[in-house]
Amino acid sequence: MPFKIIASQCTSCSACEPLCPNVAIWEKAGNFVIKPNKCTECIGDFHEPQCVAVCPVENTCVIDTSVPRSQASA
Amino acid sequence: MDAEDSGEMRVIADYKGCQSSPKNGKGSCGSQAGQGDLPSEIWHKVKNHPCYSEEAHHHYARMHVGVAPACNIQCNYCNRKYDCANESRPGVVSEKLTPEQAVKKMLAVATRIPQLTVLGIAGPGDALANPKNTFKTFELIARAAPDIQLCLSTNGLDLPDHVDTISRYKIDHVTITINMIDPEIGARIYPWIFFNHKRYSGIEAAKILTIRQLQGLEMLTQRGVLCKINSVMIPGINDQHLIEVNKAVKSRGAFLHNIMPLISAPEHGTAFGLKGQRGPTAQELKALQDACEGQINMMRHCRQCRADAVGLLGEDRSGEFTTEKVMAMDVQYDLEARKVYQARIEDERAANIATSEELAELAGEMSEINLLAAVATKGSGLINEHFGHAREFHVYEISTSGVKLVGHRRVDVYCQGEYGEEDRLASIIRAINDCHAVFVAKIGGCPRDILINAGIEPVDQYAHGSIEKSAIGWFRDYLHKIKSGEILHVKRGEAAIPQELLISVA
Repeated sequence: MPFKIIASQCTSCSACEPLCPNVAIWEKAGNFVIKPNKCTECIGDFHEPQCVAVCPVENTCVIDTSVPRSQASA
Repeated sequence: MDAEDSGEMRVIADYKGCQSSPKNGKGSCGSQAGQGDLPSEIWHKVKNHPCYSEEAHHHYARMHVGVAPACNIQCNYCNRKYDCANESRPGVVSEKLTPEQAVKKMLAVATRIPQLTVLGIAGPGDALANPKNTFKTFELIARAAPDIQLCLSTNGLDLPDHVDTISRYKIDHVTITINMIDPEIGARIYPWIFFNHKRYSGIEAAKILTIRQLQGLEMLTQRGVLCKINSVMIPGINDQHLIEVNKAVKSRGAFLHNIMPLISAPEHGTAFGLKGQRGPTAQELKALQDACEGQINMMRHCRQCRADAVGLLGEDRSGEFTTEKVMAMDVQYDLEARKVYQARIEDERAANIATSEELAELAGEMSEINLLAAVATKGSGLINEHFGHAREFHVYEISTSGVKLVGHRRVDVYCQGEYGEEDRLASIIRAINDCHAVFVAKIGGCPRDILINAGIEPVDQYAHGSIEKSAIGWFRDYLHKIKSGEILHVKRGEAAIPQELLISVA
């Protein structure tokens, strides 16, 4: 399952964007969003998901349970 | 927020701030206008920098451009919904800019504020956690306005990786926020850091941070970059420890140390604020700054300004230069006109400094009295602000050793043409309660009487005069009055550091 950013909590600080190994994070109209079909939860690249590790607001980058994990590797 | 191989490093560290007083030669970022014992190369870098020279801050302006929103550490005195508390106060939000917008803004500001000499990047996150934006901005600025001095502010975590780039871009001034050198203390200030693609917490995090900070500082001073150290004073956590920090940064060649009070109003939503961690009183802050003095130059005129601040240190004109307004402005960078304007400032500057004769005259007085006076000023080193219009008061320490700036107090403007004047006056008195006098250009009858009742003498006889010269004149009279028995010298009480946010007047 990919990660998603809870828009209401995001400070738009942009810290996550350059860290994503899959270039899955985009700025859209002032908000940062994760493209679900590009997110791999950083598996294979890093020990921990980079967006989660750098995000200044706890529980803002969270698993998106509505999207099946299989899509992540698509 | 402020050196070469170890030989030169020592020379710089031993230079005593911007002032050496006639009696004890003790230094602070006081009020010396001249080069003093500073090497020419260093003097050239600091003389027009409002943050690095107390005296320059009366005359020259700086601007911050908010091109660096991301941060790589979490501090308990910061709430990331707002700006970084490195240099900006918690609870304020800066406008985010692209490097191109930042250059346009700088040109607009330089056109309208010819006193502008410095451009800094201080967030709203950490300048070096956004290296692409930060260095792109510096590159564009250096091309568009070669006379503008560049500086940046960082928590130091990524500093060692960028030292060569900083040197290459001719960034003359770097401020590092160092709150501890002991990881156990650090663990109480920093919940986590993000380093090498990993989040570290607790003592492990603080250990990495302190190693990187001190390493970065040493690398910069070896390359001749002037370093200022900012430290947030957190009572009960790092207050006494900051004396150790002061020694550690001095030995690594830091030029200036700026100890700032923790601001922790609960409404800012910082971890410290929510926990009820208090900030220091004005006396506690001054006592710590005094204890560190003599080791290294201490900065006393910091305003903990925001990451998009524009203007002289005491003012914030960022509202005049929003992206929308800047993009509509017609700007022309006129280097010659700026030079002419700044030459005029230099003449004015020299005229307002107390001469060595005047200081010597004061040193001839015999007295152990040492007191504080508040000054209402709009800049230029003059007493040129009305009491009722002052947004802040500069606090000077006066003794027979000389006149030295030791702080400033932000206040709510007394005259706002609305109700609530009594409350505002009471809060102004609380903010300058440790002062014996308040120097103003003008003051109304009502606040005058209330100040006198509170034991603070309103002084308007030096209206539009030089702060230093007037303070010396007034102090001489004060000593004479005590000698003749006309007045009695009494000690003043504590003063509060106002936690309210600076009201934007722009």
